Amino acid sequence: MNGPVLHTSDLYKSFGGLTVINGVNFSLGRGARHALIGPNGAGKSSLVHLLTGFLRPSRGEIFLDGARIDQLPIENRIALGLGRTFQVNALFPRLTPLESLVLAVSRRSGLLGQPLRALSRCSHVVEEAHDIAIRTGLADVCLKPTRELPYGRQRLLEIALALSGNPTVLLLDEPAAGVPASESYEVMEAIEALPNEVSILFIEHDMELVFRFAERITVLVAGSILCEGPPDEIARDSDVQRVYLGAKAHG
Amino acid sequence: MLGFINILLAGIAYGFVLFLMAGGLSITLGLMKFANMAHAAFAMVGGYSAALLIAKADVPFVPAVIGAAFIAALTGALFERVLFHRFYRAPELEQVLMTIGVVYVAIAGATYFVGPEQIAISVPAWLEGNVPLGVLEINNYRAFLILVGLALLGGVVGFIERTTFGAKIRAAVANRRMTASCGIDVDRLYTAAFALGSALAGLGGALSVKLIGLDPYFPIKFLTELLIVVSVGGLGSLGGTFVAAILFGVVDVAGKYLFPEAGGFILYAAALIVLTVRPQGLAGPQL
Amino acid sequence: MTAVDIVLVRKAIRERARWRSLEIAFWVAAACSYFLFPTHLVLLTQIIISGLFAMSLDLLLGYGGIPSFGHAAFFGLGAYTAGLLAAHGWGEPLSGLLAGGAVAGATGLLFSIVIARVHGAAMLMVTMCVGLLVYEAASRTPWLTGGDTGLQGIAMWPVLGRFEFDLFGKTAFWYAYAVAFALYLAARRYVSSPEGLALEGMRENPTRIASLAISSAKRKMIAFTVSATLAGFAGALLAQTTQIVALETLSFDRSVSTLIMLVVGGLGSLIGGFLGAALFVWLRDILSALNPVYWMFWLGLILIGMMLSARGGLVGGVALLSKRMRAMIGSAT
Repeated sequence: MNGPVLHTSDLYKSFGGLTVINGVNFSLGRGARHALIGPNGAGKSSLVHLLTGFLRPSRGEIFLDGARIDQLPIENRIALGLGRTFQVNALFPRLTPLESLVLAVSRRSGLLGQPLRALSRCSHVVEEAHDIAIRTGLADVCLKPTRELPYGRQRLLEIALALSGNPTVLLLDEPAAGVPASESYEVMEAIEALPNEVSILFIEHDMELVFRFAERITVLVAGSILCEGPPDEIARDSDVQRVYLGAKAHG
Repeated sequence: MLGFINILLAGIAYGFVLFLMAGGLSITLGLMKFANMAHAAFAMVGGYSAALLIAKADVPFVPAVIGAAFIAALTGALFERVLFHRFYRAPELEQVLMTIGVVYVAIAGATYFVGPEQIAISVPAWLEGNVPLGVLEINNYRAFLILVGLALLGGVVGFIERTTFGAKIRAAVANRRMTASCGIDVDRLYTAAFALGSALAGLGGALSVKLIGLDPYFPIKFLTELLIVVSVGGLGSLGGTFVAAILFGVVDVAGKYLFPEAGGFILYAAALIVLTVRPQGLAGPQL
Repeated sequence: MTAVDIVLVRKAIRERARWRSLEIAFWVAAACSYFLFPTHLVLLTQIIISGLFAMSLDLLLGYGGIPSFGHAAFFGLGAYTAGLLAAHGWGEPLSGLLAGGAVAGATGLLFSIVIARVHGAAMLMVTMCVGLLVYEAASRTPWLTGGDTGLQGIAMWPVLGRFEFDLFGKTAFWYAYAVAFALYLAARRYVSSPEGLALEGMRENPTRIASLAISSAKRKMIAFTVSATLAGFAGALLAQTTQIVALETLSFDRSVSTLIMLVVGGLGSLIGGFLGAALFVWLRDILSALNPVYWMFWLGLILIGMMLSARGGLVGGVALLSKRMRAMIGSAT
């Protein structure tokens, strides 16, 4: 298996007169730990939306493992091995973490579309969901409705759900965003524990997380890639310092 | 050919009345995101007020109609302050059911106080009869409706688009908190907008009595028509509502003359097709 | 923090499908009512049928979060299908029932495919338009539907070849009860299946559902088809037990009344539809007899009051009450 696991070719996205993604040629390597950084409004979330299908490109192509995916609906791309988290949690407020995970696993096991199938008889699905809960540190709260969980735990569930599809590529949109300092440790542990075979792209503003975790960094500014490379190169780059890290000193 | 033009004019006149009634709904539903199923009840208040002012208080036609609009506006403001504003952030279903409750109470009230039979409104002599227009003869009342409708269309659209009041409404709907922190009393603004919508509805209701009669079941009968006009026109767009109302009026009247067996079928089918192909309506925001 | 172990987890899953006392109470009470109110069998049968219809709406609205303002279209389609079959010589009840359900279900499926792109407020309008359309179509074809006077001449054969439809409505009652109960069991199974969980997930967060590679469109299709089929069964039951079908079965009024029944009883509980129907039909019977205006007035006030208090209808109220009682008992011991 050669080549990047995920890449874009001349990707453009504009809304009327506003261009948010301006000719992006991005590659994600296999088993990568790749960070996407940039100032607010650079288009980072938009890029993830384009990759996962929440936005359709105005021009350009997206390839997953060499196969073109930019015309596919969201569900198909996820089924092919993409997984994503959202900057703001996208969870099921009134379902419990267990139910949410059961749902994810049921889809993978092909149990949907059968209205007369009793869930209580699908013990393998329930066990697998329980296992995921244990592995992501949610086992003690897995029976409480999601909306009653503290935000940090909800964030863990967000990651757990993305993982439940056994993705080959994981796109994390600011995984530590909004998490109070006391709970961010658990989130970071979960990210640390992610399997090596999974290729990970994550958007982050938290530079500590970025430099601790990333093997490669892409800097996105105003919809275009400013530069790309290993962390120490990026840290030394004067353009980056001026555009982004310099501005960070004020904020 | 003459018959055809007469049908067209009758349809347009009806369409104007529909626009007046639906305009307020487009504002509350589209701009304020409040699913007000009781909107037609305020039109009914206007209709009954005008009819009773003329019949019992000997008020001349035009002042009675204007008075009816005022009464409807006051009623609307009252309901908004006492009841509706509590539901602005409630789920849509709750808004729908609560306002349906208001409709039922309104129907019961009208039946109890005015009686279940249809009422007529007495219209002054200068609005009866026909006026010659070249080779045509237009019914006076319909001509009056079209003129009044045009004037109001210009007035209302200008009001919303050009005045500070209109700008404040549009701002409050776009971002309520931001508008409030600019020192604008959003609560009062919403009440005023609601009163305006109800005034239009009351005006439309008062003017419609001569065309289509009035009975206590008006709010339910016209709920579906108004909802269709507003959705086909596009929520929040007065221009869209206007076009949809005129189209609706013409198709409805023409349909009844040309294909009486089909009834409302053509209308509902057309509305359904528009909504399936373009769910946001003719002029609504892209969904 | 102790991890919840697999035994508790399995128990929690089984809990989802457990029979609640309120459900058992309703079905037992419904059966008892046959003996307690022998002169009111027609009314009781109406309650069961309306409850079944309300339950079908609950699947769509309560569980799926999909508003439907014209659901009577499916109810009426089922009624007219079963009625027409019987009026034209085929009076066998169960096959008529199946036909009614099938026609309504097929329409529901077709509808869900066509309106797959529509959401939220537009959905309300579109479903309302469909309801109005079907009503108009039925109203303008009196040669088929009997128009304003209704479809008559429905002669039913005995149920299962043995139980004749009698004048007192005894057979009708047990026929409706049995069918409704069987369909209730089916609905419970749907709701506690992975598919039912997916439906709820779609309601809770369509974005996350898509991110789990679950198709919202397919969930809607299944929900609409099942819901429409159940509504069609309810309509067919009405046609067969009352042996007349009126335009009212397709009306906006019936759609709205059923929605009210469901909300009064409690959305998202399945039994709520039946409870709400019981209260609504019973109250309407009493108050309408006094003065039709009274009924509208009180119904309106009750609706406003319910929305102001937002307690989740009868089911929600009962749940709240039992929670409070348990807390009181707990603190007393």
